[in-house]
Amino acid sequence: MQLKTRKVDSVNVVDINGKITLGEGNVILRDTIRNLLARGEKKILLNLGDVTYIDSSGIGELVSSFTTTTNQGGQLKLLNLTKKVQDLLQITKLLTVFEVFNNETEALQTFK
Amino acid sequence: MNATDTKASLTLESNFQSVEVAEKFIHSVMHRFRVEDAETHRVEMAVRESVINAIQHGNRCDESKKVELEINLTPAKLTIYVRDEGQGFDPASIANPLEENNILKTSGRGIFIIRSFMDEFSVRRRPNDGSEVMMVKRLSSNSNSNPS
Repeated sequence: MQLKTRKVDSVNVVDINGKITLGEGNVILRDTIRNLLARGEKKILLNLGDVTYIDSSGIGELVSSFTTTTNQGGQLKLLNLTKKVQDLLQITKLLTVFEVFNNETEALQTFK
Repeated sequence: MNATDTKASLTLESNFQSVEVAEKFIHSVMHRFRVEDAETHRVEMAVRESVINAIQHGNRCDESKKVELEINLTPAKLTIYVRDEGQGFDPASIANPLEENNILKTSGRGIFIIRSFMDEFSVRRRPNDGSEVMMVKRLSSNSNSNPS
């Protein structure tokens, strides 16, 4: 998994490429979110457009990222879900938890 | 060779590299029989979750214990067995991850995903210790029963 963070205005857009699965993928995502929050960066948009695969551990990591950010008064939203990821979040009812966008500009405008 | 003859198995070490090995194995079988991508993805995920459970919860990451993956493919369905050397578990005892209190839990979705993606799922204790998960995926008529 590869991950790059870029800042657009006050929002940190995290572009994720590859698999979010048990092991390395989860650790990289966890460390990135922790580092952002430790620096006081609490507006996070995860771009999952190039995520090819996510397993139950990866879903757990997304949930953990969301709750950790929210508990610190931040916001974490999702961008560009692939069909596979969308299906998975749908059946696990997590689409009712996450704010999801298909357009980056639109997503960025929703951060307070 | 006709798909009715297709039976294969793989013995895996109890480490997480085995998860990738299992996934590639099942992918190659599905690809060989030209099963459509969406169906392949669902079966791969079910196998992945099941092998992770066998390693983590069944064998408790004890590398002296093995996980066995067996497939049985007919034109109508794919049956997958994942066997470990652990104590087994009662699927009914696993909390429903869709319940409001569980929705934000960071684990506990593996069995739910398997049940959602496969047509049949069961767990049984084996006579000589260990447990066996059985999963069935009925194959659509678009799948080709003869290997490419």
